[in-house]
Amino acid sequence: MSETVEVYITIPNQTRYLGLIGRIGEDLVHSLGRYTGDREVLAYHLNLVLTEAITNAICHANENDPNKQIQIQISATEEALSIKVFDEGEGFDLAKRQLGDMRETDECGRGIHIIRRLMDQVNYRRSDNRNVLEMVKKLH
Amino acid sequence: MQLKTEEIEDIVLIEIQEERMDAHNSGTFKEQMLALFDEGKCKLIIDLSAVRFVDSSGLGALVSGFKNASAREGSLKLCGLQPQVRSMFELTRLHRVFEIFVSVDEAQESF
Repeated sequence: MSETVEVYITIPNQTRYLGLIGRIGEDLVHSLGRYTGDREVLAYHLNLVLTEAITNAICHANENDPNKQIQIQISATEEALSIKVFDEGEGFDLAKRQLGDMRETDECGRGIHIIRRLMDQVNYRRSDNRNVLEMVKKLH
Repeated sequence: MQLKTEEIEDIVLIEIQEERMDAHNSGTFKEQMLALFDEGKCKLIIDLSAVRFVDSSGLGALVSGFKNASAREGSLKLCGLQPQVRSMFELTRLHRVFEIFVSVDEAQESF
């Protein structure tokens, strides 16, 4: 039977928790049962994708409102890593965040590009009264 | 952000003493660099050898420093990148923007 690990975390809408969530992501990758690829690289990428997605939720979707929260769901099976980051804000248009619109010396806007480069599926949608950024990485 | 700075003639060597550069500390780092620019110091070497993780906010702070230094006819050069940090510059194509050196000495000699 395929093993599934699921982690649910709720954090205040503050960037000081980014390191904590990144470390949880790295530890999760190191505990995966049968992954045959480079664990160090995958751990770094999961840390990075979580950091980018949560920063985006805190700063852009929840607009730095300290009374809001971020929910994170990480699900790992032998086939894939799935991450959902929920925000309570007005949302943003994922389609408008393309690297093609950026100059190399722009200071902002690389976060979503990094997520798209490292994950196999990226989707942002309204769900009940909040938004969810869903990201999937296939492991085979 | 925890930094150690050392002035070598007109060059400021900034050693970043943090394992992570992310949205939590990169805003402060930008302000710390702006304070140096306000003092007329615009030749910077950023030693990243202690940094294990950098995200798009950390890269954005370095780009901000690079642009401010260039606008003042100075420059901002990087050294000591760990492999995963180096891969972030390649992923975002920023390795084509920055001058990146293996060591502080090499960066210093390039001025």
